Amino acid sequence: MPNISRDEVAHLAKLARLAVTDDEIDVFAGQLDQILDSVAKVSEVAAADVPPTSHAVPLTNVFRQDVVVPGLSQQQALAGAPAAEEGRFRVPRILGEEQ
Amino acid sequence: MTELIKLTAAELADKIHSREVSAVEVAQAHLDRIAEVDDHIHAFLHVDTEGALAAAKKVDEGIAEGKAPASPLAGVPLALKDVLTTQGVPTTCGSKTLEGWIPPYDATVTRKLREAGVVILGKTNMDEFAMGSSTENSAYGPTHNPWDHARIPGGSGGGSSASIAAFEAAIAIGTDTGGSIRQPGAVTGTVGVKPTYGGVSRYGLVAFSSSLDQAGPCARTVLDAALLHEVIAGYDPRDSTSIEVPVPPVVAAARQGANGDLTGVKVGVVKEFGGDGYQPGVLRSFQAAVEQLRALGADVVEVSCPNFVYALPAYYLIAPSECSSNLARFDAMRYGLRVADDGTHSAEEVMSLTREKGFGAEVKRRIMLGTYALSSGYYDAYYGSAQKVRTLITRDFDAAFEHVDVLVSPTTPTTAFKIGERVDDPMAMYLADLCTIPSNLAGNAAMSVPSGLSDEDGLPVGLQIMAPALADDRLYRVGAAYEAARDAAAGGALIHKVPELGGTK
Repeated sequence: MPNISRDEVAHLAKLARLAVTDDEIDVFAGQLDQILDSVAKVSEVAAADVPPTSHAVPLTNVFRQDVVVPGLSQQQALAGAPAAEEGRFRVPRILGEEQ
Repeated sequence: MTELIKLTAAELADKIHSREVSAVEVAQAHLDRIAEVDDHIHAFLHVDTEGALAAAKKVDEGIAEGKAPASPLAGVPLALKDVLTTQGVPTTCGSKTLEGWIPPYDATVTRKLREAGVVILGKTNMDEFAMGSSTENSAYGPTHNPWDHARIPGGSGGGSSASIAAFEAAIAIGTDTGGSIRQPGAVTGTVGVKPTYGGVSRYGLVAFSSSLDQAGPCARTVLDAALLHEVIAGYDPRDSTSIEVPVPPVVAAARQGANGDLTGVKVGVVKEFGGDGYQPGVLRSFQAAVEQLRALGADVVEVSCPNFVYALPAYYLIAPSECSSNLARFDAMRYGLRVADDGTHSAEEVMSLTREKGFGAEVKRRIMLGTYALSSGYYDAYYGSAQKVRTLITRDFDAAFEHVDVLVSPTTPTTAFKIGERVDDPMAMYLADLCTIPSNLAGNAAMSVPSGLSDEDGLPVGLQIMAPALADDRLYRVGAAYEAARDAAAGGALIHKVPELGGTK
């Protein structure tokens, strides 16, 4: 039995905001299944008493002085925008048909 | 063709600083070389002729006014991986998503290079968002290995490695998340270093896997890599994972190493990295390198790191998980590509259609894999277990470094494979990073230095040297000693055996 079904891949794509095609789902389902088979090996040594590591160096919160420093100008911030209007990012309508 | 391009960065800097040649002449020689050969190599996604010449002119003017050079590399031409932001110069990360994007700010690495008077020639090709081992995942077409144009130059930083192997730039910057500096170095006969995680700022490095990504130097000699390392390294308040300690003395270590004495240095050969799956010529080159280290006075022992074989599977859970989160920023709203914004689609539909169009297959694969590994019900079995493996690998390193100063292995199991050979088989592609990944997971420093040509196919092989976190200088001492001995025994630097370029792509 595969690790991951075609339906699950379609669901993942939806969660990840990827409008994948049916053909892609077929290819990805097979490939993801093969990759998951291989990476599942990690559970062989991941015993309950081993603490997880999220970062190579211990992380501590870093604070800076609460003072204003120069940032991007409005023009710079909008320079790469796909669409801008009245000095703001213009975005498509937020609600879809079904909402 | 001018021979300026064949000089090392250290030699070029000497000539520029003593006014024997101008930085503009040096920049122009490299720009001419790019114009001559890059149609065949495709190392560059963007060449900034105007910016490079202006930066070079500034260096010349400073020297003419009698000012001290801004750094030991002032005036030296460099190729910058297209994953680091450059104000006013396009940054694409090899993706259609960012085609034509001109960042409004410089990465800290970029800023440090500019302040050091390093001349940035342009931006180099890479696997899309640094995901890959061959540059074949670039949306702009693959880079070709200067040793054999039908083969890959490694990845993800194949543009950077190829640019220096083809003498288009003296030095380059790469980024290494699972081996993307070291593996390209190995397959192109060049030097590549992944510094200790946190040693070089990630500010402005477009994030793939934040807990693993690290920028570092690519060069044709160990000394050049050290000089570049010192220019880009150091604490940066703009990166919360930046380490606030002095930069290890890597240049001094490279100079010390070049004297060729490794008496008293303990070298551990990683037992798990060899045998099945390794190309025999790679293993023979590695064995010869180990013998060379022994001849230099090093005390060589075998060391077992039993959990290293779990590094690859752990990496292919951790990196995709972080990538699925990091790449959520490409939402078609504030910058980058947007498609289907025709009034009939909602923001969410525009987002999904844009990401479908803008990302290539490998990026989509990893985003979905990461989304899966992080989803409830699978989190503990996959992501949680991978994080535990990360602990075990760090423990293996800690145990090993109690007995040895550095560890060594082949950098990658095979020499450069053919373009197209592994594109349809993701797992085969992932194996290229087998030996490099442990140092990303543990965060310690590691280098690839050329160990000659594989006797069966005549292609470059890399020796990987691994050192504890913050002991980056050990890499340079051992690497420089080995390089000097290898070059002396072989009658010259390996890179000068690269075929003269030209002919067909």
